[in-house]
Amino acid sequence: ARALTPQTAETDAIRFLVGTQSLRYDNQIHIIDFDDENNIINKNVLLHQVGEIWHISTSPADKGVLATCYNKTSDSKVMTCAAVWRMPKELESGSHESPDDSSSNAQTLELLCHLDNTAHGNMACVMWEPMGDGKKIISLADNNILLWDLQESSAKAVLSSSAALEGKGQLKFTSGRWSPHHNCTQIATANDTTVRGWDTRSMRQIYCIENAHGQLVRDLDFNPNKQYYLASCGDDCKVKFWDTRNVTEPVKTLEEHSHWVWNVRYNHSHDQLILTGSSDSRVILSNMVSISSEPLGHMVDDDELSDQEDQHQEDKIKEPLQDSVIATYEEHEDSVYAVEWSSADPWLFASLSYDGRLVINRVPRALKYHILL
Amino acid sequence: MAEVEAAGTGAGGSPEASGSGSGSGWRRPHGPLQRYYGPPAAETAEAVPDPADINGPHFDPEVFLTKVRSECSLGQLLAREAALGREIRALDSDMQTLLYENYNKFISATGEHPAVGTQASGRDWGGPRHQASDSFFSDTIRKMKVDFRRMEAEMDDLAANMAAISTSSARVQALLRKLQSLVEVPGRLRRWAAPGADPARALHCHARARAVLRHYRHLPSFRAIEDESHAIMADLARRLRARLRDDTLDPKELTECVEMLLQLEEPPEELCEEFLSHAGARLEAELAALEAELPPADASGTAATPPPASDILDFVDRGSSTFVGNLCLLAASYRSLFEGRPGAGDGRLEAFAATLTTRYFELLERRLALERGLGDTSLLVRALDRFHRRLRALLELLPAAGAEAGATLVARAARERVDRYLWALQTFFLGCLGDVRQALAAPRPPGKEGPGLPDLLATLASSVLGQLKAVLAYVQLFTAKDVAFASLPYFKGEFCMEAVREGLVVAFVRWLCRTARGFADGPAERGAPAAPPALLLLLARLCLDYEATTISYILTLTDEQFPPEDTGPAVTPGPALCAEARGAAQRLLDHYVQVQGAAVAQMLRKSVETRDWLGTVEPRNVRAVMKRVVEDITAIDVQVGQLFEEGVRRAQSSDSSRRAFSVYSSSRAPGRYAPSYTPSAPMDTHLLSNIQKLFSERIDIFSPVEFNKVSVLTGIIKISLKTLLECVRLRTLGRFGLQQVQVDGHYLQLYLWRFAADERVVQGLLDEVAASAAHRCLDPVPMEHSVVELICERG
Repeated sequence: ARALTPQTAETDAIRFLVGTQSLRYDNQIHIIDFDDENNIINKNVLLHQVGEIWHISTSPADKGVLATCYNKTSDSKVMTCAAVWRMPKELESGSHESPDDSSSNAQTLELLCHLDNTAHGNMACVMWEPMGDGKKIISLADNNILLWDLQESSAKAVLSSSAALEGKGQLKFTSGRWSPHHNCTQIATANDTTVRGWDTRSMRQIYCIENAHGQLVRDLDFNPNKQYYLASCGDDCKVKFWDTRNVTEPVKTLEEHSHWVWNVRYNHSHDQLILTGSSDSRVILSNMVSISSEPLGHMVDDDELSDQEDQHQEDKIKEPLQDSVIATYEEHEDSVYAVEWSSADPWLFASLSYDGRLVINRVPRALKYHILL
Repeated sequence: MAEVEAAGTGAGGSPEASGSGSGSGWRRPHGPLQRYYGPPAAETAEAVPDPADINGPHFDPEVFLTKVRSECSLGQLLAREAALGREIRALDSDMQTLLYENYNKFISATGEHPAVGTQASGRDWGGPRHQASDSFFSDTIRKMKVDFRRMEAEMDDLAANMAAISTSSARVQALLRKLQSLVEVPGRLRRWAAPGADPARALHCHARARAVLRHYRHLPSFRAIEDESHAIMADLARRLRARLRDDTLDPKELTECVEMLLQLEEPPEELCEEFLSHAGARLEAELAALEAELPPADASGTAATPPPASDILDFVDRGSSTFVGNLCLLAASYRSLFEGRPGAGDGRLEAFAATLTTRYFELLERRLALERGLGDTSLLVRALDRFHRRLRALLELLPAAGAEAGATLVARAARERVDRYLWALQTFFLGCLGDVRQALAAPRPPGKEGPGLPDLLATLASSVLGQLKAVLAYVQLFTAKDVAFASLPYFKGEFCMEAVREGLVVAFVRWLCRTARGFADGPAERGAPAAPPALLLLLARLCLDYEATTISYILTLTDEQFPPEDTGPAVTPGPALCAEARGAAQRLLDHYVQVQGAAVAQMLRKSVETRDWLGTVEPRNVRAVMKRVVEDITAIDVQVGQLFEEGVRRAQSSDSSRRAFSVYSSSRAPGRYAPSYTPSAPMDTHLLSNIQKLFSERIDIFSPVEFNKVSVLTGIIKISLKTLLECVRLRTLGRFGLQQVQVDGHYLQLYLWRFAADERVVQGLLDEVAASAAHRCLDPVPMEHSVVELICERG
């Protein structure tokens, strides 16, 4: 399984959506609920019969709406399509039924609309406009960027504008992210070793990081708090941090993984926390204080602290955290293809590996308090 | 007789009185004598005794001389002197005549009475008849005897008087001569002080006359002389001063000039000011001449400066001989001129010299800065040596003239040269690298092997080492025994330690490691042309060799040639450098693995991505790309084998018969080894059972490798196979696609296992590929194993 996403619109419950990849069986979307207090995982299954899921994303406005990119196999041809779905109402905010027989009473997704890509090629991913009303999505199909307007309660997708990447050879977007800054007018895409920025209004390229990585760029993410900062990862085992105003040199480079890095994610609230997943089966949580929006840590109101805490606090302030790897999680036994932070709890994240194992982890308590206090 | 008696009566007079009276009386000598011997009472009564009367009994020569001198004119004096001389001589002769005359009379008188004596003597026995005559005789004789005695005394007195007179006359004469010369002073002065004449003699003359003139300036005539001579001298001084300002004066003339002015009692302060300013102008001119040789100092420093007209030794030579020499001369003459005079000892000379030497140093520095190239170090050393020697001579005269600055200058020049050598070494190394790259890139005619990597490595290492040694030898010139400045404490301690050991050797090794690292870190992924993998390998080996032997060798060599001081500053220890070199080697080798692995991986990725795995036909062959992979890896194996040792393989758990095949002899000629593996060997069942265990064993794909061939190859193979795995997972395969993957995997296993340190790694990865392919396959019907083997064998 490769597809993992938090339920973006959900801010109370910790909920992830996982899409399965199976060629021979019906594919499913698993809704994973994590009960933080009781440490219980609940699972609900939605059938996704049209094909194996390569990418999944949820609407930021409507808990029940999600988009998938799936493989459709027919006549010895494989086509990756995309569609917007609605899950059954009762599952939107999770149910606490017994998970034992979840597979038996699997429910089906309601198809809202197809993103018609017959003219554009294979869909690589679907992005929702962050903080938007769930009306705008962008999909990457081969070398095209397609901006869709969802109309009639998402029942109809209208292609509002598109842009195509021209160049020699077969250009193919591998991934993209929609920037939450600048009124959500920018997206970044990756193709081969290049990272490009686009303006969604004009659909023109605004910056281009040539050879951002030595090999294929696998994923991107925007710093949620610093508008020009962008993280990228790729097949050269590196994670790079860019200031998009200066595309010649990365701000910082991490080389912690021993194989391709498939995924990089900023924590939504504390942008010093970087999560990366790699096909060396590891998930690494890094603390990039120096390039975060809080390079000096929180300002602390001394009065609120007791003397002892005060002492403790001072000790910590004396030695500000360096950029470092906080933890390496080695629970996975196969390549990790997706990592995501929970949308509800900023200290919690999930990772998904090829063999279908989903692991939910927390930021170490000590670090959490250090960041908070 | 009567005169004798008269003389006798006057014998009681002053004994020193002598000579004849003045006036005309001297022609009759008897006259004055008469008067002299005459009754003194009468004379006393006649006149007050005049001490100035040369004939008077109260004559006092001093008084007389004073009187004469003050009263008479020079002409008169001279005449008087001559007259006196004549008179004295006349007196002398008169006296002698008198003496002989009287003596003769006496003798004849005694002869008239030859018996008197005898009779007188015998009369004691005779009788008293001659009593009367006897008594008369004896009286007479007695009287005569007394007279004679008196006469003798008179004569003595006379002689004494004569001597006194002649002495005084000599003095008078000298005095007169002096006066004469005094009178002539202005004339002489004028003559000598005239332009172009001999002012030194004028000065000499003036100096002699001055005291006298000053003493007697109350006399109008003397004052006139003095005034006149003053005027002349003032004029002379004026002219001398004018001359002093003349630029064409050479230092010697200048010194003379000032000396004369000093003698003229010109104010020394002013003079030394002038002296210095004049000398300063002169020295400045010399400096300017030196400066003229230098290209104009342009701040930008970018303009290409033409090569200097003369070499550094020449420059320093000229600088020393003109500037430093003259400065020495100047200092010496200043010392001799103004020593002990007021206003000269307040360090003015020192300040003056310091300013000039500073300028000189500046010039020299600029000139040294021109020595950009490496030229001839011995020339530079000799130049610096000469400079230093001259400077030392100067410093002996002027301790404050910037000894520090001079030594610093030399030290800096030496340091700079060392830096330049470092730079040259680096350039040389880069040049060597360029050669190596070229040799690597050069197209080789088929069938003919280019220079092997070991040869290239040996050439590179030896030429770099040779160059380093040569540089050390050059630098050693700075500390040679016959070089004066080598004995400076700087050159003994700091230079050896900081400049040579740290600044040259250590810096070079560091730089080499950094440069080598740069090939791994820098340009590979961003723009600049990446270094060819073979170069990486070569550099890795080079760094490793440095770590193993070369660094310690170089350091030992350096310490031998430049013995470090015990108390010297802390130096970089060899092990630290070795660690650095090792780090660089590790980085390079890792990078080599990554680059090569990436190359193979890229090939595999493209081949997987571009193929239509669903619609493929039944596999009949191993795909060409797999053969290519095996070929490439074999080539890499050969390449690495040239430079690195075989390394240790992990002992196989069972089947020893397979191990026999795994022994790969690196002594075999590269390129000639054909695959000796016979694939008929059956798959070890025990090994297969181990696969599951292997899964749990994490395989780090991009991980540091060891410095041996097996480890390097294992790294590359791991990267390649992992890529294959990930790519297959991204595809959807049909049945024949799966079978193709099966065939390819088997083929790879056949040919790759012997390169890896642990063939289970290869096995495990390939099994995973197969499993993933099966998982991604729509219709997973694997191929018969025997068929797979058959196809592979055929391929």
